Amino acid sequence: MNHFLTIEGLSKEDLDGLLDDADEFVEVLHRPIPKVPALRGKTVATMFFEASTRTKMSFEKAAKALSADTMSFSPGTSSLSKGESLKDTVLTIKAMGTDAMVVRHQSTGAPWRIAEWIDQPVLNGGDGAHQHPTQALLDSLTIRQHFGSLDGLKIGIVGDIRHSRVARSDAQAFATLGADVTMVAPRTLLPVDPSVFPAEVTEDLDDVIGDLDVVYVLRVQAERGGASVFPSLSEYTARYGVTKERFARLNPDTIVLHPGPMNRGVEIEGAVADDPRALILDQVFNGVAVRMAVLFRLLGGEHDG
Amino acid sequence: MVDVILAGGTVLTGEGIQETDIRIADGRIAEIGPGLTGDETIDCTGYWVGPGLVDLHAHFREPGLEWKEDIATGSRAAAAGGYTAVVVMPNTDPVTDSGHVARYVATRGDEVGLVDVIPAGAVTKGRAGHELAHLDELWAAGVRVFSDDGDVVGDAGLLRRAMDYLAARGGVISQHAVDVGLSRGGHMHEGSVSSLLGMYGIPAAADDVIIGRDLRLVEMTGAGYHVQHLSTAGGVAMIAEAKAKGLPVTAEVTPHHLAFDHHAAAGTDPVYKMMPPLRSTEDRDALRQGLEDGTIDVVGTDHAPHAEHEEEVPWEQAPNGVIGLEWAAAVVNTFAGLDQEAFFDRLSIAPARIGQIADQGLVPTVGDVANLMAFDPTTEWTPESTVSKARNSPYFGMVLRGKPMVTIHRGVVTARDGVSERGGTAA
Repeated sequence: MNHFLTIEGLSKEDLDGLLDDADEFVEVLHRPIPKVPALRGKTVATMFFEASTRTKMSFEKAAKALSADTMSFSPGTSSLSKGESLKDTVLTIKAMGTDAMVVRHQSTGAPWRIAEWIDQPVLNGGDGAHQHPTQALLDSLTIRQHFGSLDGLKIGIVGDIRHSRVARSDAQAFATLGADVTMVAPRTLLPVDPSVFPAEVTEDLDDVIGDLDVVYVLRVQAERGGASVFPSLSEYTARYGVTKERFARLNPDTIVLHPGPMNRGVEIEGAVADDPRALILDQVFNGVAVRMAVLFRLLGGEHDG
Repeated sequence: MVDVILAGGTVLTGEGIQETDIRIADGRIAEIGPGLTGDETIDCTGYWVGPGLVDLHAHFREPGLEWKEDIATGSRAAAAGGYTAVVVMPNTDPVTDSGHVARYVATRGDEVGLVDVIPAGAVTKGRAGHELAHLDELWAAGVRVFSDDGDVVGDAGLLRRAMDYLAARGGVISQHAVDVGLSRGGHMHEGSVSSLLGMYGIPAAADDVIIGRDLRLVEMTGAGYHVQHLSTAGGVAMIAEAKAKGLPVTAEVTPHHLAFDHHAAAGTDPVYKMMPPLRSTEDRDALRQGLEDGTIDVVGTDHAPHAEHEEEVPWEQAPNGVIGLEWAAAVVNTFAGLDQEAFFDRLSIAPARIGQIADQGLVPTVGDVANLMAFDPTTEWTPESTVSKARNSPYFGMVLRGKPMVTIHRGVVTARDGVSERGGTAA
């Protein structure tokens, strides 16, 4: 593995292997001193051209828990605002001495372009509405921890799938790991051609909600201009919000996940988000472990003896 | 000036296709017949010989955008590709919306002297879509093709006025048929690939609704109407229907829409970013079929040079288009099944007729100005370089069948073996 850019094309064995490694890093993170020297002397740059808090901090925590140094980049304070090109920005930071770059960019494909320009590992921290592969790993790990396996589970991904890199990555990872995935959204929030994803599609949440083992709630992306894709937030909540009433109709073992940040009262009611069966903070914790697994896989080779 | 003999080629003549020689003297075709001799003989055995190619749609970027291309480098690329005349689009800076700019373009083309450079004029001032450009001035400067290319003439009322104004003169409106609302935010064909990539798409209907609307305006006004870079199966069907009704309608396809479909965009390499976008496999096949059966009249290269640094960005930030003059004939020959007559019709005769270009696109005839090219339809080769300033080509490293071997512009050899003879002067 030279880069970690996409879930597409990874096998069940690939994913299970990374999740097994992540399990070990979960154990590390529970130690009194949650740190191993695996990547001592390595430098990981987090290049977040699109604003992010949790993913960036999670990668930085993961790198530090492996004893790597970190450098970070934010577009607002960078030379990008002085007209520097993406390529020059990347080459400049690489010249300072990086060993890997974590890239988030609002444009689909940007991490692939960067991988063409630098001869070191690139990790996709989210590109456009395309891929967010470490999110798919942390979600898969959370579900696997809870159920032991994803095999045969019914997982519903609910909400703004069209604009969601999480939905794309998760649908591919969950299906590869053996789950039956259903995408639930109004047509304006579905991909134009949903048949390219290994998932069933429905516009009716109430029709399927009682069968689900996992309800994966996506954030309504208000900045996408909600008004042009559905009539109003209240109408969205009425049809697709995971309310207390809908939560009460779930199987008693069913869990609720959300990638964050949440819009309480829109796609998820506060009481549902705070219920013990909503494993949202477990997802956040697991994010550090899976990112350690990926960083170790890409950079840990020469220490792995 | 020396006499040049094109010897032993398969020549398109008024009496059909013949294996014969052509003698060129004093800029004209002096003789057609077997066994000719002269100062210089170019062996054309096995080559298709016919009129020099004519492009109804290229961007030479001069004036104003010379970091991408200029009239000298664009002309060199054209000559290398077998072209003897090129209609250049008006989306320059300033826009070719007045006689002054049109005259500058034509004059600069003559100074370079490798191909006839014929300006297309804007339909609206500044291509802004609000008021008509100086259509009379443009006409007087020799403009016959009017286009806001890069943008659609979206206001149907304004387009109707332009059509009314130009109908009596015989000018042709060349429409960039992509609806603004349906394409807003889109960067590729709306379909399976855009769905996987999570990118906003441009549905095929974005082209079709404009073509359908415009065809009604053609019925109203009787103006000549040409659809640029047709990209959809629906568009091909509408053009066929309009022609069956006898409307003065023509259509164009680019080499890249014949060669590729939207799967080429899956890797988000910006060299495959086009407007209109590369569409579905079914659309691509309908375009090939339409070109073969003549529903689509011409191949227009939409040669669209961009500087290397402009392409070193993520897909969504990249500009649209590819260069293509040097390889257009080869790409068409590789991906569409045209015989020699259809080849010269779609790449030379029909575009010259639509563009009303004198001395171009004529079946070789004694006494005519010698604008000729010879094409080897069987040789396989791989483009590795370009004489354009730009390098945004998807054809590097691709095996193509067929190659322009000789280009003769106004009696002068301007390219051999895909390489332009004269450098042209720097802009």
